[in-house]
Amino acid sequence: MTTALAIKGLTKVYNNGFAALKGIDLTVGQGDFFALLGPNGAGKSTTIGIICSLVRKSGGTVSVFGYDIDVDFPGAKRQLGVVPQEFNFHQFEKVIDIVTNQAGYYGLPRRLGLERAEKYLRQLGLWDKRNNAARMLSGGMKRRLMIARALVHEPRLLILDEPTAGVDIELRRSMWEFLREINQQGTTIILTTHYLEEAESLCRNIAIIDHGEIIENTSMKALLKTLHKEHFILDTREEVPAGLDLSPFDGHIIDPHSIQVEIEKGESLNELFSWLSGQGVTVTSMRNKANRLEELFVTLLAEKGTSPAAVAARAAGGQA
Amino acid sequence: MNSWQAEWNAYYTLVRREVRRFIRIWLQTLLPPAITMTLYFVIFGRLIGSRIGEMGGYTYIQFVVPGLIMMAVVTNSFANVVSSFFGAKFQRFIEEIQVSPVSNHTILLGFVTGGVIRGLLVGAIVTVVALFFTDLPMHNPLVTLSILVLTALLFSLGGFINAVFANNFDDISIVPTFVLAPLTYLGGVFYSIDLLSEFWAGVSKLNPMLYIVNAFRYGILGHSDVDVGVAFVMVGLFTVAAYAYSMYLLITGKRLRQ
Ligand SMILES: Nc1ncnc2c1ncn2[C@@H]1O[C@H](COP(=O)(O)OP(=O)(O)O)[C@@H](O)[C@H]1O
Ligand SMILES: [Mg+2]
Repeated sequence: MTTALAIKGLTKVYNNGFAALKGIDLTVGQGDFFALLGPNGAGKSTTIGIICSLVRKSGGTVSVFGYDIDVDFPGAKRQLGVVPQEFNFHQFEKVIDIVTNQAGYYGLPRRLGLERAEKYLRQLGLWDKRNNAARMLSGGMKRRLMIARALVHEPRLLILDEPTAGVDIELRRSMWEFLREINQQGTTIILTTHYLEEAESLCRNIAIIDHGEIIENTSMKALLKTLHKEHFILDTREEVPAGLDLSPFDGHIIDPHSIQVEIEKGESLNELFSWLSGQGVTVTSMRNKANRLEELFVTLLAEKGTSPAAVAARAAGGQA
Repeated sequence: MNSWQAEWNAYYTLVRREVRRFIRIWLQTLLPPAITMTLYFVIFGRLIGSRIGEMGGYTYIQFVVPGLIMMAVVTNSFANVVSSFFGAKFQRFIEEIQVSPVSNHTILLGFVTGGVIRGLLVGAIVTVVALFFTDLPMHNPLVTLSILVLTALLFSLGGFINAVFANNFDDISIVPTFVLAPLTYLGGVFYSIDLLSEFWAGVSKLNPMLYIVNAFRYGILGHSDVDVGVAFVMVGLFTVAAYAYSMYLLITGKRLRQ
């Protein structure tokens, strides 16, 4: 499989001494639809800024379709289209000019730039607005303008930084539809988001970033499975027999007086307890062990204003 | 490295956008110098000039016109690049260019060409206005044109450097107000340094503007207070240095990338 993006040991220390990235590794295969999920301030935009040359990295390597940005940055940039988090176009420039000029910066002749601009403005429903100044567009239209601009040189890898932040639900769905379509046509897509729901409905693979570190990098399916489980630590009165096989409960012995088990959310614990009794083990206390991922999701959901219970339910639904 | 064709297309796009920008806002860019210079010509040429009499062997208005044209070229080349590039930085659409594979030379040349075109266009407008007030003999067209282009280039680069360092709109008016204006006004636009005492004539010779104005005046009238060759070497060296420094700023990106 060809690698669309390979990041190794990437670090970033901003001028004020703040370490925004603490050595991240990330690999995205060609054709993937990949989510980089993390709460505000996790380092998503910093990562993307480095890939597209708006932020200078402090260490590590980045390559896009085999073009190392330290060796051939123009080569890497030609493979890449970026939709940034913040609007960054000339507010008084016309929609058509913004897209056509971008084609020009990528070295396309003007006539081809105009053709491409028409193609993508039509696809994104902005053709009617082509002669409007960008500042006259609604928030959702501005976002779509940036998508058209990012596609005008037909990149193999499209990166979108929180593309649906502040976009209403209906528009969000049509944007998702559009992204799915161009992904099916072969464009590799990476999007950052702090909505699990968005990642869940669009992406095949996911990396989770928090405080400048990748804490999980897996398939969407495997992640939902993890989220769907609860980890318990049980303390026992008797010593746990050393050879006790806890695999039916995805568990293991931590020390002679405690074991850890994984139970699907909402599932009965009675079976576990009666099985343990049968093994001559008495449970004296039990606590829920929140792992870092779960803690993170609590934060993510608090940001979004949803309760953790709701996400558990959704995760369960997502699996079915 | 991009292909030459790709770089050319990017260059063309940048220049086209730069030119359309200042033409779209012609009320702020092309009209004011025409009005200001008309006022200068009326006041210094007609009203006061007739009392001053001859300077350097020419009527006073003939003497001041080359300097005033050059002043307009300097101000407008500088202003075009400083406001365009700072605007791009401020509204962040400089990022459109930064994410693309275009080379730093092309970026710099694109912005600077915009400044040169505006400088020359305003120079031409002011010249046409001047012709309503006096005759301009055009002693040496080659000198006239080359010092004009070189000066426009130098001050466009100056505008670029200023824009890279500027953090707010105040920062882009400091140089025109506190550096360019005094240097121009004291650079022999309105008087021949023969009129000054030896000491002040010596001080004036440290002012690069003096050489630019006199080289241009030589091109048009055939009269200069200084050696025209020295003027070319000096402006040439400054231009090369400003280009190199601009490239350094672009390559290291210290003030353009986080
Ligand atoms: N220019 C900067 N200088 C200092 N710190 C910054 C700068 N830009 C971002 N940061 C900090 O780096 C961290 C990561 O930011 P960012 O990459 O924007 O996060 P995200 O996109 O995941 O919300 C945040 O704590 C942010 O405050
Ligand atoms: Mg961000």
